Amino acid sequence: MSTKPIAEAHQQPDSFAWTDDSKAKIATIVAKYPEGRQASAVIPLLDLAQRQHDNWIPLKAIDAIAETLDMPRIRVLEVATFYTMFNLAPVGKWFLQACTTTPCWLRGSDDVMRCIKDKLGLSKNFTSTADGQFTLLEVECLGVCANAPVVQVNDDVYEDLDYDLTAKLIDDLKAGNVPAVGSMAGRRGSMSKDGPTSLVSLKDSDGVPPWFAEKQASAGGDD
Amino acid sequence: MPKLTVDGVEVEVPAGSTVLQACEAAGAEVPRFCFHDRLSIAGNCRMCLVEMEKAPKPIASCAFPAGDGMVIHTKSEVARKAQKGTMEFLLINHPLDCPICDQGGECDLQDQAMGYGFHSSRYDENKRAVTDKHMGPLVKTIMTRCIHCTRCVRFSTEIAGVTDMGMLNRGEDAEITTYLEKAIDSELSANVIDLCPVGALTSKPYAFVARPWELKKTETVDVMDAVGSNIRVDARGSEVLRVLPRLHEDVNEEWISDKTRYACDGLKRQRLDRPYVRKDGKLQPASWPEAFAAVAGAMKGVSGGQMAAIAGDTVDAESMYALKRLMGALGSGNIDCRQDGAKIGGGPRAGYVFNTTIAGIERADALLLIGTNPRWEASLVNARIRKRWLQGPISIGMIGAPVDLTYDVEHLGAGPKTLAEVADGSHAFAKVLKDAKRPMLIVGMGALAREDGAAVLAAARKIADDTGMIVAASQDEEGNEVPGWNGFNVLHTAASRVAGLDMGFLPGEGGRDVAGIVAGAKSGDVKLVYLLGADEVDGDFGDAFVVYQGHHGDRGAHGADVILPGAAYTEKDGLYVNTEGRVQMGVSAAFPPGEAREDWKIVRALSEAVGKTLPFTTLDDVRAALRQDHPTFAAIDTIEAAEWGDFGKAGSMDGAPFAYPVDNFYMTDPISRASKTMAECTEAFVLPKRPGDGTGAAATGTDG
Repeated sequence: MSTKPIAEAHQQPDSFAWTDDSKAKIATIVAKYPEGRQASAVIPLLDLAQRQHDNWIPLKAIDAIAETLDMPRIRVLEVATFYTMFNLAPVGKWFLQACTTTPCWLRGSDDVMRCIKDKLGLSKNFTSTADGQFTLLEVECLGVCANAPVVQVNDDVYEDLDYDLTAKLIDDLKAGNVPAVGSMAGRRGSMSKDGPTSLVSLKDSDGVPPWFAEKQASAGGDD
Repeated sequence: MPKLTVDGVEVEVPAGSTVLQACEAAGAEVPRFCFHDRLSIAGNCRMCLVEMEKAPKPIASCAFPAGDGMVIHTKSEVARKAQKGTMEFLLINHPLDCPICDQGGECDLQDQAMGYGFHSSRYDENKRAVTDKHMGPLVKTIMTRCIHCTRCVRFSTEIAGVTDMGMLNRGEDAEITTYLEKAIDSELSANVIDLCPVGALTSKPYAFVARPWELKKTETVDVMDAVGSNIRVDARGSEVLRVLPRLHEDVNEEWISDKTRYACDGLKRQRLDRPYVRKDGKLQPASWPEAFAAVAGAMKGVSGGQMAAIAGDTVDAESMYALKRLMGALGSGNIDCRQDGAKIGGGPRAGYVFNTTIAGIERADALLLIGTNPRWEASLVNARIRKRWLQGPISIGMIGAPVDLTYDVEHLGAGPKTLAEVADGSHAFAKVLKDAKRPMLIVGMGALAREDGAAVLAAARKIADDTGMIVAASQDEEGNEVPGWNGFNVLHTAASRVAGLDMGFLPGEGGRDVAGIVAGAKSGDVKLVYLLGADEVDGDFGDAFVVYQGHHGDRGAHGADVILPGAAYTEKDGLYVNTEGRVQMGVSAAFPPGEAREDWKIVRALSEAVGKTLPFTTLDDVRAALRQDHPTFAAIDTIEAAEWGDFGKAGSMDGAPFAYPVDNFYMTDPISRASKTMAECTEAFVLPKRPGDGTGAAATGTDG
């Protein structure tokens, strides 16, 4: 992973102001922490700023958070640079976070990366397509190893990818048809590809386990 | 009081101690990088790992609280292996460029790698490289060397009180930086260089200048302000190369201000290295006998009352004493050591020293600052106030223009009007002081160096008396000594001032003070003015014959008729009395340049030339005479509680707000004004904040 870029001066906006909606949320968030410990709200506020501002946090927003929470700017910037989820430079409309940690790699994340390179020309971290629609970041584990390999697009994770499914995902995004979140291969949750393999007896007995049915029956006999 | 065993030695340590402190108490040496006595505990370098019996793995001793019955091994197989492993990890991304590193020879990492490391590394991948950061004119960064101990971050946040530094990113990408690479805007910033255990933060002005083993180290005291910081002067030959702090718990702890540390390059510039005599309106080089003859000639036919002497701000006590004796022998009472015209001195000693003592600030629970900006006038006093403020609740009030002092201050007002209200009890803060157990006040030169200074001093004394700041030492019912408390403090800005006041370098009966001397010289009543390192006098001396004795061609020398080249503080042995009244001994680290001589010797030689030979031939003679006349000079580095008494003069104060005496922290005396580094600091930190066009060219109204 490479160091997270901070937007150049010409990309930084001249000002940043909380929207009324954000202000209301800030009040709720800050109220969760004890008096004098408002600085604890720095992560939710960074998230809020990122959502309010095209999925990235300008330095003016760092200043605004520091002011809102009465903490030094450098402390806010420390947190913002520590977590990969915060962007400090502009990203595309679709921010692709491709996982290449061991489980995803074993299940073919190389193909996913190759597809992204072929379709979008992106292979380096924090690079964007010329039209500014897509930005790529190679990330560590996203916690969806059971459905590896995965790519996170903005807030949602698309699972069970291979070269073709990644291509489909990208085409759909380009066309503006956002696919259903979850497995692109069409399986349900992290269930086995060929349907359930455990607790099948549950299904057979209409949700009532046989041992329970027997128990119920024998209990009924006692009455 | 937990009792534990360290390497077979049983020790008892105060509750709340860490295992590391217990190890130290038991005499066991534990390597460390991030741990520092005066900073909060971070526990991130992992170098201090030790083995604790019954623990599954080695523990970080700096962050582990000492508990009863622990059995610690610092040199066992497990501990050694853990320390070696940590060292190997630290060195993985450390460049090992010791031959070109300025820290070489005084590097913790170097030393500890020798003591606790492997002979070689097993890592043969590429090392990481980090871009260097800009941190201003004082701190040079080579960030690839950084081991992320965060001492610098903790120092700047906790001690210096500026939250500019931090660690961005994480893991392998972690980097120490200032916010958007802004220079660290603190007067204590360069202490991070001493704290840095590796060569990541080094001294910019000293870069590639010398190796520590080439330097002659001299332990002495600083004269850049009246704190009297204990310093070590490192010199090679007659060139002072750097100044470092020396530990003195009661004065500067282990910090020094940037001016103390970096003004030393001013010792090489603008120096007076031979006598000069004005001939045909121009200063011409002369020999010592010619210069003395010129002074003696000018004194001919001039009565004692027509002569005057002014002592400067960085002069040692011995030369002031010699000059005072000489002026006495010549029959002149026109002597003064208060260049700024401060209305102090003459009364009881408690009326002009920092009675509470600097360390005593930590015991105070309410503080009133009167016409002082301690951050610029005495940075280490300010650091001590901040330390006290961090320890727990303290009410701090301030009278004067609002400034950022790095701690919360209640701004009460701008001038004497507010002071009068506090003095007569009508201001709410008077009650705060009264309710406090150990209230204190600090009155600065900004409040005293004015026409109504005596009235301000009297008002401050009234506050001290009325709010219970003066408590005499007493005994309780069981006969135990209960220490007294004196919360009245004067914060001086001149290193020589208290010594001058102690020895009475003040106008005698009917004598003229500095303003009187200037006025007399203009009107022709004063015919000869002797300036002993006095460069800060407002106004010129008209047609009077001016003798300047000093070490720099600064303001004082410009208008002189005879220049006698003296020695700077690093070039002479001398006594200095700090603002607390603490007598400290300065030791010469180098020789004065060219024909310049130690100052008391010049006065002694001159006394012979004018036929009033002073009765001493060695420095010991001068000190013996000084101590006989003024016994306070005999007690080196001790503080005797000064007698309280009546001082100041009640009277009306004018309404003008207090103006702080220090206009530019980095340039306050001839040495710092000649320093290139201090000029760079002025440009980086002071000028951008001045009102006007941002270049500082605009007059601020406080310029001399």
